[in-house]
Amino acid sequence: MSRGPLSRRTLLTSVAASGVAASGLAQTVGTALAQTNITVGILYVGPRDDFGYNQAHAVGAAELKKVPGVKVVEEENVPETIAVQRSMESMINLDGARLILATSFGYFDPHMLAMAAKYPRVEFRHAVGLWDQAKHPQNAGSYFGYLDQAHYVNGIAAGLVSKTKKIGFIAAKPIPSVLRNINAVLLGARKNMPDATVQVVFTGDWSLPVREAEATNALIAAGCDVITCHVDSPKVVVETAERRGVMTLGHNASQASLAPRGFVTGAEYKWETIYKGFADNLAKSQKLPNWVRGGYDLDYVRNTAYGAAATDGVRRACDTAIAELKRGAPIFVGPIKDNRGNTVIPATLDNYAPPLEGINYLVEGVIGSIT
Amino acid sequence: MDALITVLMAMVGGAIRVSTPFLFVSLGECLTEKSGRINLGLEGTLVLGAMVGYMASFETGNPWAGVIAAGLAGFVMGALHGGLCSLQRVNDVAVGIALMTFGTGLAFFFGKPYIQPSAPRLPSIPLADWTGIPHLADALRINPLFFLGIALALLMAWAFRTTRIGLIVRTTGDSAAAARAMGVSVIGVRVLATAVGGIFAGIGGCFLSLYYPGSWNEALSSGQGLMAVALVIFARWDPVRCFLAALLFGAAGALGPALQSVGVTQGYYFFNAAPYILTLLIMIASAKGRLAMRSMPGELTISR
Repeated sequence: MSRGPLSRRTLLTSVAASGVAASGLAQTVGTALAQTNITVGILYVGPRDDFGYNQAHAVGAAELKKVPGVKVVEEENVPETIAVQRSMESMINLDGARLILATSFGYFDPHMLAMAAKYPRVEFRHAVGLWDQAKHPQNAGSYFGYLDQAHYVNGIAAGLVSKTKKIGFIAAKPIPSVLRNINAVLLGARKNMPDATVQVVFTGDWSLPVREAEATNALIAAGCDVITCHVDSPKVVVETAERRGVMTLGHNASQASLAPRGFVTGAEYKWETIYKGFADNLAKSQKLPNWVRGGYDLDYVRNTAYGAAATDGVRRACDTAIAELKRGAPIFVGPIKDNRGNTVIPATLDNYAPPLEGINYLVEGVIGSIT
Repeated sequence: MDALITVLMAMVGGAIRVSTPFLFVSLGECLTEKSGRINLGLEGTLVLGAMVGYMASFETGNPWAGVIAAGLAGFVMGALHGGLCSLQRVNDVAVGIALMTFGTGLAFFFGKPYIQPSAPRLPSIPLADWTGIPHLADALRINPLFFLGIALALLMAWAFRTTRIGLIVRTTGDSAAAARAMGVSVIGVRVLATAVGGIFAGIGGCFLSLYYPGSWNEALSSGQGLMAVALVIFARWDPVRCFLAALLFGAAGALGPALQSVGVTQGYYFFNAAPYILTLLIMIASAKGRLAMRSMPGELTISR
């Protein structure tokens, strides 16, 4: 609060904060300082129960709440505007947050960066990798999970359950993280079904329920009998597919309850591993890592508990694949061609290899185009 | 050939599945504009109708109770617009924009607890299951609201043309002075027309949450309510043309996903934009000459 002009808002909030802090202090003195109290603030761009990206974070936050001595303050539906800074300031000044988790892409620049500069003693972490050591404050950072590993397991399952050998994939936008997931599904499916194909429909945006339903219907009409997706909330896709009697694979959070008949498994983030790690660092007064990345190796992703459509064979094959991924077995085994015939991965890549971050192609066997 | 049939079937199916909200909102707007007022707030009414319908269906377990509740919510929103615009020097376009935000905000506020649970959905009538052709059977699994919409369009067209009530609404919309001379309460007619228009838009909204795509969330409407207002203009205030325009919009919306699903994958941004490109083309084509203006109600603020 030492920097910048003192606005009425900051004055008011700091006055309020000192009041809260004073009452808080009285309480802690009363109950003895046996356990450390850590408050973590988390911001979501949408509703916490969207069956998708926000829910995945909320599940992580709920797990974090169970850790003794940790308090979590949450705010939903925070648009990527100046509202981000207001929420963060109120979490810091009124709730005493020592760590802010910004879960949406657009929260980073300028909002989180401005707050990190203004509150150097608070730690800020952003989901998605935009943080740069050379350019950005040292009390900021980023974290993310490699969901393509869980999508690869989805693909393994699809390759065992599909009868038509066609898997439908409803994707929002042709950006590297989405393309990587599509490619992982195809590579997983071809492990047991060498002639499997993945048919992609791009909708053009992260949340378009009517078009997502249309895309699901269109893919089923074209003969796909397993449907998966990479959109913000897979609820509409999974429900539509279930009604049409085809199988589904989830994304982001668990959609198992939406498809009691056709659900096989799903690719989920396991944010709580990262969040608990951060809280642990704070409790031990350690420096929080600035750059956190991982997949199955660090327990940052998982597959949803198997649904009714997962046969025993599927469960065994998926469990094996997960065990292999934990040991570091590669997904992108070279040489791999893209679906236009160019060799894009000449030699096998490690699952964490930097070239995979910039995937701008669909591999052979995927029917679709990124333009 | 197979691919072509798949695309055509998807477009027919899409036209029937996607068109219903467009149809109901545009019929509501058509009625309101015929009485001489513009209600731009129908997007808000649509979203509120979707939420209220879903809520009522979940709480009562009967999707048709949801339809009725959505209609009631639409009635309240329409009556609010009608009432506010009857005050001195209140602009109907401005009130409409305010009510658009109001309706959406209300729906988001009260709709929070209903994002997660699953409410019972409206049934569909399988018209082509007997053929045994799966594509055709899927395309012709039709919701009763679609037929209700067609009936409503025909009824409205007939009422405007031949009944006394239709004449009163048309006269109020074309010349308030003439309506007063007839002994008609101009404000009364307009408030009623806006409120009934709201009922239609509310029902259109609950189609989204109760049938297709069939769940409530905050991104449910992608501007259907606003596009339907534009649709009225190029339907030239004719209910039957509103129906045809709604079908065309539905089919155009299905084009993008259908083409990608059969392997025509290049240029999907262009195909996804098909409904909007179509709107522009039809607007340009229909705006030529004086024909377009002739059917516009004379009392609308944009024509005065």
